[in-house]
Amino acid sequence: MPQTMFDKLWEAHEVSDGLIYIDLHLVHEVTSPQAFDGLRLAGRPVRRPEKTIATADHNVPTDGTMAARLIADELSRVQVETLERNCEEFGIPIYSLGSERQGIVHVIGPELGVTQPGMTIVCGDSHTSTHGAFGSLAFGIGTSEVEHVLATQCLVQARPKTMRISYSGELGAGVTPKDLILATIGRLGTGGMVGHAVEYAGPAIASLSMPGRMTVCNMTIEGGGRAGMIAPDETTFEWVRGRPAAPEDFDAAVARWRELPTDDGASFDTEVEIDASSLSPMVTWGTNPGMVVEITDTVPDPAAIDSPADRESAERALAYMGLRPGTPMTEVAPERVFIGSCTNSRIEDLREAAEIVEGRKVAGSVQAMVVPGSQQVKSEAEAEGLHEVFRSAGFDWREAGCSMCLGMNPDILVEGERCASTSNRNFEGRQGKGGRTHLVSPKMAAAAAIEGHFVDIRDWS
Amino acid sequence: MRPIDIIEGKVSVLDRADVDTDQIIPKQFLKRVERTGFGEFLFYDWIRDGEIELEPNPILVAGRNFGCGSSREHAPWALEDFGFQAIIAPSFADIFYSNCTKIGLLPAILDEEHCRAVAEAGEARIDVDDETVTCAAGVFEFGVEPDVKHRLLNGLDDIGITLENGVAIDEFEGSGAAHGPVTTALG
Repeated sequence: MPQTMFDKLWEAHEVSDGLIYIDLHLVHEVTSPQAFDGLRLAGRPVRRPEKTIATADHNVPTDGTMAARLIADELSRVQVETLERNCEEFGIPIYSLGSERQGIVHVIGPELGVTQPGMTIVCGDSHTSTHGAFGSLAFGIGTSEVEHVLATQCLVQARPKTMRISYSGELGAGVTPKDLILATIGRLGTGGMVGHAVEYAGPAIASLSMPGRMTVCNMTIEGGGRAGMIAPDETTFEWVRGRPAAPEDFDAAVARWRELPTDDGASFDTEVEIDASSLSPMVTWGTNPGMVVEITDTVPDPAAIDSPADRESAERALAYMGLRPGTPMTEVAPERVFIGSCTNSRIEDLREAAEIVEGRKVAGSVQAMVVPGSQQVKSEAEAEGLHEVFRSAGFDWREAGCSMCLGMNPDILVEGERCASTSNRNFEGRQGKGGRTHLVSPKMAAAAAIEGHFVDIRDWS
Repeated sequence: MRPIDIIEGKVSVLDRADVDTDQIIPKQFLKRVERTGFGEFLFYDWIRDGEIELEPNPILVAGRNFGCGSSREHAPWALEDFGFQAIIAPSFADIFYSNCTKIGLLPAILDEEHCRAVAEAGEARIDVDDETVTCAAGVFEFGVEPDVKHRLLNGLDDIGITLENGVAIDEFEGSGAAHGPVTTALG
């Protein structure tokens, strides 16, 4: 019987009914301390430290603080030091502050090559769906489950339903993978993928680079999906080849990986079709990622929404965002620009943004920053001179970490500040209490920094 | 975790859709390395800004897609520490739902109409074994996976159950079915 890629991944990892073996467990400082405490209390070891890897990313400062003990914020310092101590005690490799491999957990996994097709990958972070871009089954878990995986290398899981979103055509010029996924969430809603493992397919997906595919899979959780995935192909294999953790017998691995894609005729519980060529650059206007419009649109009018619950949500969102219905999105003027996060902080994202800002200046009304996803991305960008491009335009060039995506470190918005952000969540207070977040692509964020308001990148020069 | 069987008492209501875990427990409280004491920070901004009022009753009725966003288990920890033993909603985000069941906080799914009825009744009795919510407006059934129910009713530790299955894990690892890199060899 023809199988979906999800079916193949699930069945290859089923230890017993509902118990899934985990090939890679990524660990960070925020969702792990209580799990390690649980192990200690029960006197349990980590079953497979060699299938586990850790980094500090969520609350590290991006100002050049290069060791945990130097972090000024006491709670953050304790949390990172606790991670370091736990990893040492349980024998888990860690790339903490000061390591040249430190960075956002979802950036360093693919970068090191520990993320490979055919694997099951978990992390105490909802954006673990990013790794599905390689044809793996990857999803976020809670701290109790982190402890469970540490102790057993397995996870108790109910089998999700399957969804395929097929994109026909190709993305137009200036329309990016970020716009594709924002438009998809806008169409399906923030709960539209709940209970499903989602496969992104079709020509518009196959022609994406690995970073583009990661951006798409990354935001699966914003649509409520359990996992996002894309069939591995030559693009995938070439990304993994030569990386530090790439399989020694690479050809044998590739032969195995070629068996993963969904078979012809396999059936999904839900099928969705989207014409990629019809998509435009997107900007969110509200307080969840499904509240999104095309850059050529205006701020929606809640009065035109039929469902009372949705109308009330929209009204509350507009009040929070300080926006009036009917305002053209191109008149919305951010005071802050953040280029970074596990969604859009890879070298390709920085190159795209740098191309926009090269030879230009950040508008006087705007404070803009770039936070590379990892130390390696930072080094690579600096070797290409991108940091000089950003700096001479007036951007702040920072160290690697999650930074203003969730404002657990000192990089936050102040009350009422409006931000064009390449991150993944525009929830109330996400980037700082009272902060107003508009999610956009790196190109759109860069152009907004220069102009001082959003622009349609397609006809901007 | 504590066994749960009957949850009975007054109902608090949070009539909003798509409530994300960033609202339930804002990020500044995720820096703690302990598992307890999160209740006082529940809905920190919304409560302090006077946007909502919540009584620490045994049951919370919430809107659709409750608990979306971040996987932080701190959200169920905060709800439980605040005093809730069960949350009733038309739908939950996947990770949040799973996190609740791991700590013995019951997530019960009822359709919107029945959620409203429970909210209006103001009091309810939840029988986990029967999978029913009883209130003045009637008796409503919710579904829960049999193994999840078994764990909730008996207060069982997931890890203990899985480790009883240790031989199967050994066999899986021994069969060559486990692939993937060796992180400790990265240097």
